Amino acid sequence: MVIRIEGVTKLYRMGAETIHALRGVNLEIRRNEYLAIMGPSGSGKSTLMNMLGCLDTPSAGRYDFNGKDVARMVDDELAEIRNREIGFVFQTFNLLPRSDALHNVELPLIYAGLSPAVRRERALVALRNVGLGDRIHHKPNEMSGGQRQRVAIARALVNHPSILLADEPTGNLDSRTGEEIMALFEDLYEQGHTIIVVTHEEDIARHARRVVRLRDGLIESDGPVP
Amino acid sequence: MEFREILRMAFGSLGVNKLRSFLTMSGISIGVFSVIGVMTAVSALRGSIETGLSVLGSNIFQISRNPTGFQTSGEARRRIEQRRNITLEQAQRYQQLLRDVTEVVCLKAFYRDGPVQASHGNRQTEPGLTFGGSNEHFLAANQYAIDLGRNFTAEDIDLARPFVILGQSVVRKLFPAESPLGKRVKLAGRTYEVIGTFAEKGSSFGQTQDEIVIVPVTRFLSDFGAARFSINLATQAPSQAVYNETLDRAITAMRIVRSLRAEQENDFEIYSNDSLIAAFAQIADVVRAGALVISAIALLAASVGIMNIMLVSVTERTKEIGIRKSVGARRRSILGQFLIEAVLLSVTGGVVGIILGVLTGNALAVWLQAEVVFPWGWAALGLVTCSFIGVAAGLYPALKAANLDPIESLRYE
Repeated sequence: MVIRIEGVTKLYRMGAETIHALRGVNLEIRRNEYLAIMGPSGSGKSTLMNMLGCLDTPSAGRYDFNGKDVARMVDDELAEIRNREIGFVFQTFNLLPRSDALHNVELPLIYAGLSPAVRRERALVALRNVGLGDRIHHKPNEMSGGQRQRVAIARALVNHPSILLADEPTGNLDSRTGEEIMALFEDLYEQGHTIIVVTHEEDIARHARRVVRLRDGLIESDGPVP
Repeated sequence: MEFREILRMAFGSLGVNKLRSFLTMSGISIGVFSVIGVMTAVSALRGSIETGLSVLGSNIFQISRNPTGFQTSGEARRRIEQRRNITLEQAQRYQQLLRDVTEVVCLKAFYRDGPVQASHGNRQTEPGLTFGGSNEHFLAANQYAIDLGRNFTAEDIDLARPFVILGQSVVRKLFPAESPLGKRVKLAGRTYEVIGTFAEKGSSFGQTQDEIVIVPVTRFLSDFGAARFSINLATQAPSQAVYNETLDRAITAMRIVRSLRAEQENDFEIYSNDSLIAAFAQIADVVRAGALVISAIALLAASVGIMNIMLVSVTERTKEIGIRKSVGARRRSILGQFLIEAVLLSVTGGVVGIILGVLTGNALAVWLQAEVVFPWGWAALGLVTCSFIGVAAGLYPALKAANLDPIESLRYE
């Protein structure tokens, strides 16, 4: 079991109003699952993703990540979990614009404290694995959207995380490039990676093996892809 | 995370906004430049004053009617103006009273009735020679040496012989191709016979010391009117060990010569190399204090500039901070990155300021013919101050960056 969430709630205060983004969510994710989280906007989808990605902590409830209680961790401990256990892929790629592909992929390894030689070696391998071995010194603005997302995926995987967490990974790509990225996810899943994709597109969710649907801060349904 | 990595990132991001980094740094540079420049010039001048104060020779003090240089005003000035001249008789009496302590008492009086030209035949010098009367001790007291011919003798002085010793500039002008010895030279309407020349001395504080002509003081006074001149007395103690004793004896002798009663103040001034150095040091302290205040204000303004630019930078790079946090940057990594950037800005500015300051200060020193110095102490202090400014100005922006919420900053556009 990689992730076990029990009775997680999240409250936001917006002025005088309190918003219940999550109202008691239970979720278990095993190693080598391929999961899609779906839901309309305002369903709590983004909040759950931030929580799963250890960018945020629950207001109440339990969140165990590889057996460690993440819910009570402080910022720097969360940073370490993000660094070692989680690989993010964002809709807008979120690459450092002034750094080349290699340096972008090396970034998590820098914060992991690895030596420059090891970093370079591992970043090169990760870039080759996403088919960008010949683009390592290109900057983001010198690459296509699909290439940028591949760099982001290489960055997400370079530190061998427990889960790959993708937030609308094809949202900024044309449909053909989107299919390429989803094919890459399929390969990664077959290699044994655990993948969580947050999306509102049924077409994308169909690539996963399991779909979790959220509505009004609660899990509406949870089951295999039909 | 390694320090080297943070440093690399900091250099990288400063390079992105070259003009902005340069402008921010220049504030620090100017502040550091002003203090280092002044300190360099002052140290260089002081070094040269202390090693080669050429106004007076070693173990020498000077007695004169008026204080040198530094103007007093009001009552004190009026009292000085009412003082009697030191006459030739008084000077000779003083010399006699000190005879058992030291032989070396140099009497000096200088011509002040307008610029003096020396001429020989149809050759003449530019006007503006230093023209004075002295005795055989002029060489020792003023660190001149004889090149050709001879020094004055006691007899020349006693008999007020119309002899003259010429400085090198004068020799070059009047006797470019012949020996000056025995030739006649006209000075301020009088004729003197050249008996010697001074060896070249070079210049001190931008003033040449070779445009000089000296005649026996007795002759000088009888030629130009004894009553109109007050004589300066330079006295050389036989050694440093008896310097203070000699000085005490000299003051006593001078009081006797001036017929002062016990309750009367000295109506003459005494100054020595030490007192000249002290007077210079006093001026130097004021200049230094001024430079410190000015540069402190400049640095304060510059540090506000650094803080401002760092705040702008944190806001601009909110997204970058979010990305770094999402891949595992801790608070202290972000804090370190922005602090180092601020320190780098400040210290780079400081180094530029130090280099410019040392160059300018030394250029001034060279122009005044003082020795070139590198003010290590001030440079080190400058760097420490700049590091401190960097940390102080960068701390708040860096904390702001480190405390950014990763979700919010990732969303920032």
